[in-house]
Amino acid sequence: MAGSHEVDTLTKAFSGFGVDEKTLISILGKWHPDQTKTFRKGTQFFIQDERLFERWVDKHVEQLKREFLRFKGAVVLWTMHPWERDARLIKDALIDGPKSYNVVVEIGCTRSSEELLGARRAYHSLYDRSIEEDVASSVTGVERKLFVALVSSYRYEGPKVNEETAKSEAKTLCNAVKNAAKKNPMEEEEVVRILSTRSKLHLKSVFKHYKEMCGKDIEEDVAPHLSLKHTVQCLSTPQTYFVKVLDEAINPDADENTKEGLTRVIVTRADVDMKAIKEEYHKQNGITLIEKIEHMANGNFKDFLLTLLARGE
Amino acid sequence: MASLIAPENPSPVADAEAIRKAVQGWGTDEKAIISIMGHRNAVQRKLIRQAYEETYQEDLIKRLESELSGHFEKAVFRWVLDPADRDAVLANVAMKQSKVDYHVIVELSCIYSPEELLAVKRAYQARFKRSMEEDLASHTSGDLGKFLVALVGIYRYDGDEIDPRLAKSEANVLHNAIKEKIFNHEEVIRIVSTRSKAQLMATYNRYKDEYDTTITKHLVDDPADQYLAAVRTAIRCVNDPKKYYEKVIRNALNKPGTDEDALTRVIVTRAEKDLKEIKELYYKRNSVSLDHAVAKETSGDYEAFLLTLLGKED
Repeated sequence: MAGSHEVDTLTKAFSGFGVDEKTLISILGKWHPDQTKTFRKGTQFFIQDERLFERWVDKHVEQLKREFLRFKGAVVLWTMHPWERDARLIKDALIDGPKSYNVVVEIGCTRSSEELLGARRAYHSLYDRSIEEDVASSVTGVERKLFVALVSSYRYEGPKVNEETAKSEAKTLCNAVKNAAKKNPMEEEEVVRILSTRSKLHLKSVFKHYKEMCGKDIEEDVAPHLSLKHTVQCLSTPQTYFVKVLDEAINPDADENTKEGLTRVIVTRADVDMKAIKEEYHKQNGITLIEKIEHMANGNFKDFLLTLLARGE
Repeated sequence: MASLIAPENPSPVADAEAIRKAVQGWGTDEKAIISIMGHRNAVQRKLIRQAYEETYQEDLIKRLESELSGHFEKAVFRWVLDPADRDAVLANVAMKQSKVDYHVIVELSCIYSPEELLAVKRAYQARFKRSMEEDLASHTSGDLGKFLVALVGIYRYDGDEIDPRLAKSEANVLHNAIKEKIFNHEEVIRIVSTRSKAQLMATYNRYKDEYDTTITKHLVDDPADQYLAAVRTAIRCVNDPKKYYEKVIRNALNKPGTDEDALTRVIVTRAEKDLKEIKELYYKRNSVSLDHAVAKETSGDYEAFLLTLLGKED
């Protein structure tokens, strides 16, 4: 008979993100068939079939397949050239549709001008088309104008900022927000122009003036328009955006798409702004990201993520 | 083919000295400047600038700007700059006009390769400390603005792969927009500004096969509609860039008073590329050589400089 402690340990090895390969080997590999049977009877992964045997629940087998592959996914993504990585992430996001639109914004806004350009080059090689044309033809909703503009951007990255222009553009954004009931700010030419062509430094100044003029953070004001909110966050305080992605991803009830955010954020930001993301995560959640992953992830996948998180320390 | 005639291995130091001699003292020896600069390619010109700076601690370009004047000065200035820097300057000038000269922007997006356009954008950022996109976006508006900003931003796929089914479906989309007279339809801008040149040529050919006319003939409405004119230009530039340039030159010369800016732009930017073929097209079309036409409509040092770039034997 398998002790209930071992049943629990094995259940945990199968639950969460990734699988605990070592535990699976050390327990399952040694068990007598009776012990395995006890496990099957005692766990939710199996149901009693009418023909009197304990049957794997299909949903769980599917889930297990994904969990076994989570480590592979992380390793492959990590090893890839960042350009190919971003090109593939955007392609997948376009195929997934609106639920993954945040990825298009994420890549368009949090990469440097040269990194985004590189992604566009890699996309040419991988798919014989430009990101711009694919975004333009697959995104048909209100986000289209904004998205095409964001992925085509090649922003100036120098220190010069024109404060007068920043002030007047803050005013333009204020007005667009006030007018939101009549026209979606995401479709407002001037909003798209400002957010997609101006340098990030310039935009920091614009957002600062916005708060002084309009009274609220622009992030709050555009919150009802999700893609716009993501855009503004990614351009000014990306760590806030990334922490939100992580929160939604490290949730056992989330769908696979959302869960992939965990791998994506850690792999793509490990050498960029992980420190800031970890700090923000701790601030928002009261525990550290490392603790959370220790708790929620298993095996090789967990070890790999923790190793990436420890880089630069 | 280039029309420029340049020697194999000129000495940048000797050239810098000769130019120094030409600009020193009273007056300027414009002929000497033309005979040297008008016979040097981009690499050689850059070396001369370096040699001049090293020897005389002065920026050759600034010196030439102060010594020369008029259309001649503008032409020499543009000629001496690095090609990408030159195009950045031309683009900036074009957008500052009260009526944006869309030709320059369209040429960059539709004739230049995506890498060349990228080099121009980088040069623009280095020179003006802002991106070309943000300047263009803030100087233009309406449909024309939307179109031009898209043209400049998009980094087109530059391979030969085409999708014939897509060409057919997008030819239909364009036709529908044209039929409904919604020329500024989002789809028109999307297709013309994002698709690769190879794909666009396939689409335009498909359009001609299906509807018996070239798409540009259908894109006519209000003659004052700059946006529509820009779209037609974009299509022509993709279909046949040399024919397009011939027309720009022909119009520049035929216009009462001559459009020197356009004339200079085409000659200076194409002299090292395909000006020879453009000349041949010009002769075919007008039964008079381009050299002859330029000599007739321009004069003095400006004329001499243009003719040198056109390949006149000294």
